[in-house]
Amino acid sequence: MAVVRLSFSPAPVHVRTARLVGVAVARRAGVRQGLLDEVRLAIGEACTRAVALHQQHNLPDPVRMEMSDYGTYAVRVVDRAPLEAGADLAALPPHELARESLSEDALTTGVGFALLAGFVDDLLVRPADGGVGTEVRMVWPVGH
Amino acid sequence: MELSLATRTVGEFAVVVVGGEVDVYTAPQLRERLLELIDAGAEHVVVDLGRVEFLDSTGLGVLVGALKRLRTAGGSFALVCDREPLLKIFRITALDQVFPLYPTVDAATGA
Repeated sequence: MAVVRLSFSPAPVHVRTARLVGVAVARRAGVRQGLLDEVRLAIGEACTRAVALHQQHNLPDPVRMEMSDYGTYAVRVVDRAPLEAGADLAALPPHELARESLSEDALTTGVGFALLAGFVDDLLVRPADGGVGTEVRMVWPVGH
Repeated sequence: MELSLATRTVGEFAVVVVGGEVDVYTAPQLRERLLELIDAGAEHVVVDLGRVEFLDSTGLGVLVGALKRLRTAGGSFALVCDREPLLKIFRITALDQVFPLYPTVDAATGA
């Protein structure tokens, strides 16, 4: 049983590092091989979302990520953006995706949420402890 | 592995072969390459994702941006992808209903 914590400056270049760490800890925790691609994608989406929010709000604070394996593999990604900024998480229906007026940022946000919801059975998005920011919590089974 | 990009011409199609990881850090390079092609007059663009190891929402956003730009200009945009993990990403996001998806470059270019 272990806890691994990572905090990183809100820059796109570090999202890959977060993915690599998240998958390495997942493998160590006993998440089965067939799920690791989904773990990698979901952690990437959660961190990408947090980095984007920090950049939109000019927040230099690090994005925090915590991985733990107490019976399941749980990953929490926590941002520090104002709560209302994190509230627009919703998947977009197909006819919206190709709409001309939809901005690339809005599309990416909607698609990112669709990927999180689609790849994580146990997903929770809630206000972070302390009242500032959002926590994205993802849980995967370990073992057989 | 970081992003790799190679461009070639097949008949009237500009084919961009993408490899490596397309994510929030590397997607701007893909966007730039696609815009260069379109600005240079390419009307029919095929992006071959056969060597892509990782694709996230940012990369998908860039692909949709190129699709819209070419459609508006009367051109076409298609993707080549035959690997199940990537196809699953398109299904989950419903983008399989937005992009023409082909298993091979030959199929995409009608060769």
